[in-house]
Parts: sequence; C-alpha cells; structure tokens
Amino acid sequence: MLRYLFKRFCTMILTLFGVSILVFFMVHLIPGDPVTYILGDFATNEAIAKLRSEMGLDQSMVSQYLSFVSGVMQGNLGTSYITGQSVWEEIAQRFPITLKLGIISLLIGSCIGILLGVISSVNQNTWADYLVSIVSLLGVSAPGFWIALFFIYVFSFQLAIFPISGYAGWHSLILPSLTLGLGSVGNIARMTRSNMLEVLKQDYMRTALAKGTRYWKVIFGHGLKNAFIPVITLIGITFGNLLAGAIVTETVFGLPGMGSFTVESIVKRDIYTVQGLVMFLGMMFILTNLLVDLIYKWIDPRITLE
Amino acid sequence: MKGENIMLVSVGIDKKIPSRSYWRLVWGSLLKNKGAVAGLIFLVLIIGMTVFAPILATHPVETMFFENRFEKPSSVHLFGTDEFGRDIFSRLLIGGQISLMTGLLSVAIAGSIGTVLGLIAGYFRRLDLIITQFVDILLAFPALLLAIAIIAVLGVGLPNAMIAVAIAIIPSYVRVVRGAVLSIKEKEYVEAARALGVRDAKIISKHIFPNILSPVIVLSTLQIGNSILIAAELSFLGLGAQPPSPEWGAMIFVGRSFLANAWWMSLFPGLAIIITVLAFNLLGDGLRDALDPRVKK
Repeated sequence: MLRYLFKRFCTMILTLFGVSILVFFMVHLIPGDPVTYILGDFATNEAIAKLRSEMGLDQSMVSQYLSFVSGVMQGNLGTSYITGQSVWEEIAQRFPITLKLGIISLLIGSCIGILLGVISSVNQNTWADYLVSIVSLLGVSAPGFWIALFFIYVFSFQLAIFPISGYAGWHSLILPSLTLGLGSVGNIARMTRSNMLEVLKQDYMRTALAKGTRYWKVIFGHGLKNAFIPVITLIGITFGNLLAGAIVTETVFGLPGMGSFTVESIVKRDIYTVQGLVMFLGMMFILTNLLVDLIYKWIDPRITLE
Repeated sequence: MKGENIMLVSVGIDKKIPSRSYWRLVWGSLLKNKGAVAGLIFLVLIIGMTVFAPILATHPVETMFFENRFEKPSSVHLFGTDEFGRDIFSRLLIGGQISLMTGLLSVAIAGSIGTVLGLIAGYFRRLDLIITQFVDILLAFPALLLAIAIIAVLGVGLPNAMIAVAIAIIPSYVRVVRGAVLSIKEKEYVEAARALGVRDAKIISKHIFPNILSPVIVLSTLQIGNSILIAAELSFLGLGAQPPSPEWGAMIFVGRSFLANAWWMSLFPGLAIIITVLAFNLLGDGLRDALDPRVKK
C-alpha cells in the first residue's frame, strides 16, 4: 500500500510538471502583449519597459518558467495584474462556490443516476427500463447551457421561484446544481444498469434470495455493492467534468465561481491568473483521480493497487 | 442467407467471403437494434435536410426584415423569427451544415492523429511511455477546459474552436487504440508475421490496423455527437462561432439575451442539437453492441 502510494505520488509529480510546462507555454503563446493591454494604447515606451521588468516579462522564457514553478512549489500561484490580488486569494474567494456547486450536483447526479440504473436493471426489457434508457440518452445528448436556459425560463421567469442570476446563498445554487447534476444522470444510470445486469446473474444473488433475505436488501446490499466499483470510477471522472461543466453553468447563472472566473480571465488576458487557475484545476483533477483509486481499495479489499 | 454465411465461416473455404460477411453480420445485428435504426433514420433525415438546406430554407438567412422582428412560431415562420426578423427554421437548416461539419472535421482530425499515436504507443514499447505521459497530461484537464485553454492561445472563432475540440478529444483515441493494440499484439498471427520478418510498418498497417477498426468506428460515432456538443458550448460562451453565424450554439448565445420574451430563439436550436447528438449516440451504442462479440449474446 505504502509502496503504491509512493509510486502514485511520483507519477503525480511527473504529470504535474508536464502540466506546468504545458500551462506555462500555452499562456505565453497567447497573442497580444499583456503590458500594452494593461496600460492602454497611449502608454509611453518607458512605462511599458518598466512594467515589463516589474512583471518579469523581460527575462528569458526559461527563467520565467523556473520562477513560476518555484512559486507554485512554495504555494504561490502568482498575482493578478488586473485586480492586484494574489491568485490564491482570488481562488479562495471563488472556489467554495464551485466546490459547493460540484458536490451538490454530484450528489444529485449520483443518487438519481444510481436509482434509475437499479430500477431499470431489475426491470430489464420492460417499459420502465426503456423509459430510463430514453431519459438517460436524452440527458447525455442535451447541452447543459440549454437545460440551464430552460430552467431559468420556467422557474425564474414564469414561476419566479428562483433568482435569475447572481449568488445570494444556498438558494442561488439550486438551479445550477440541478442543471449540472442532471447532465451526469444519464451516464451514471447507464453504467449502473449494465453492471447490475452482470451482478444479477451471479449465483450469490440467487442464494441470498433463496435463503429468504428481503428482495430490496438483496438488490442493494448484495447487488449494488458489487456493481459499484466501475460506477465509482465514473463518478470520479464525472466530478472532474463537473468542475469543467461549472464553467458554462456558472456563466449562465452569473455565479462568481472558478468557472466564470476562468472565462473572464481569458477574455481579459490576465495571463498570471489564467496560469494559476489552470494549474490549480489540473491539480484538483489529478487529486480527485487519486482519491477515486483509494476509494476503490476501501470498497473492494480484493483490489490490489499495484 | 444467414445460414449460408455461418456455414462458410465455419468451413472457411474461401478467405474473402468470411471477411465480407463479417460486415454483413454486423449490419444485420445493427438493423435488429431499434435504437440504432432510429438513430440511423434521424441521421439520414438530418444530413439530408442540411445538404438540401438551400432548397428547403423558406426564407433568406442573412437578410434582415425589421418589420418581422420576434414573431412567434406560425405557419409562415415555422420556428418564429429572431431580433432581426430572420426566419429561425431556415437559419437552423443552414446552421446545421456548420454544426455537422464542425463535428465531422474535428473527429476526422482527432481520429487520424489519435489513432496513429495509439498505434505507435501500443506497438513500440519505447515510445509508449512518452506518448502515454503526454496523454496523461492532456487528460489532467476535462475536455471543455482544455478546449477553452487552447482557444485562449489560438484566439476566438469557429476554425480555432474546431481545432481545440479536436485536440481535446485526441486522448480518448490514443487510449482506446493503444489498449486494442496491446491485446492484438500478442495474437499468434502477429507473432507469426514478426517471425517471418515482416517489417513493423507493414505489421501495423496490414495486421493490426484492420483489427482495431471496430472500436475506432464506435468511438468516432460517439465523439461526433460529443464534438458538436463541445463546439456548441464554446460558441455559447462566445469563444466559437460568432453571432451572425447560424451555428446552433451561437444562435442560443444570441437567444439567451431575449429569453424572457422570445423563448423560441433558444428552444429550437437546442432541440436541433439534442436530436442530432442523440442520433449519433443511438447509432454509436448500436454499433458498439453489433461490433463487440461479448455483448452480442
């Protein structure tokens, strides 16, 4: 176990290095000089040169990269030159909203998805099964932003139950989480269904029923528990995708989270913020994957993590 | 018909007939899948409608008719009109050409690059580590975030969005193809070819490539739908196709501002996206079942 963790940790560091190179060069390839963007078209050459040296842009790419990486290793993601705040502070303000949004959506998506998957697997080839299949396929095929607009039209414009845009506590998170969560229901339901179908054929299921254990206890206790591992993988991947989906959802609902902030920073060419944000999101995604692997081990002790 | 095929396969008299009847068998089991048939019919309809869009369009797409602004869906304007009085139904048809082309082209780019990378990674052990590591780095970002980051570099616009989507889905091809190559590489016929001294390039193109086609076809079908979705998302964020364009995501981007009063501007392009992506997903699922012998029975 320790050996595995050590190995995982090493490859993680390697991947993060790769990510940092990718992020750094991508950001520095962005056309347009950020300095002229900040100072405007009428800046004097001296002012431009001064700001360039203050931002370290006059140094070579390699030394700029090294200072970026050493900063990241010391927990310093750089400073936004538009707001003047450190990128960490910006993230600290916005990440809680995105995290709340992600977790609630994940709960909505997993609960509904798993439930639908179980229902359709125990009713294989009945109308309930077909209905779930159609609903899941529609969920996979519908663009999140369109579902968001649909919810806004019905619940905010017509019924006026929820705010149209902005963040004012939990209330504002309901529609966005529903939008984001429903988007992942389809995949989770499909995965649960196909794994449950495998498990339902197993001998231990028949044995459990034969010895008189209650039906739903067999389905959930014996069945779902064994069908769960691939579903966990999917839920882990889904969480990463939810963070990306948050980009669109937060923009539609005007939530001041990480996603809308990323789009804003790209549009404003706030390169250090983009660099720090993408680096941070990459780290989150990699950590989630590690967490998912560890959860496997916890759920199914037969799995050897090597 | 079916009996003949099975007999020929089992007897194996002629080498050519089994390979032809394999695709016929696949086609046969695809036609038994209701979902796949529905997807296929939808796709034929959608592609037909977009190909003949210039004939089918009831109104000019770009000319503005200010006296007809924001008209509700009616018999004249089937799906209503937009803020410049343009007919939404006609714009959807023309926009379909853009959306479908975006999906097809990004998948064609990603599919060819990803398949070659996957073949190399799976076949040559030395290059495997480098390519896998590179793919892992790309996979450290969700596809949409990666696409957005690439657009930040390339700049806003439809062609760049297409490239961004292509790069974002390359990793999925590398993973699938590499996995398939790893299992096929151990087959006796590949070992036999290697023992006979056949060159690596020929082993890959003649012995391995034909056998990884099925997963690539399934993945491509599903990814076309996915690419159309990501491209529409990018346009909706204002990073892909730009507003006068009738690309479906861009139409919803504009429609969003008029949501309270002209819901039809957002509703219909969204339905068009859903139906198209759904059709590709149905066909892709059907193909997977038809091509994967494990699922068959």
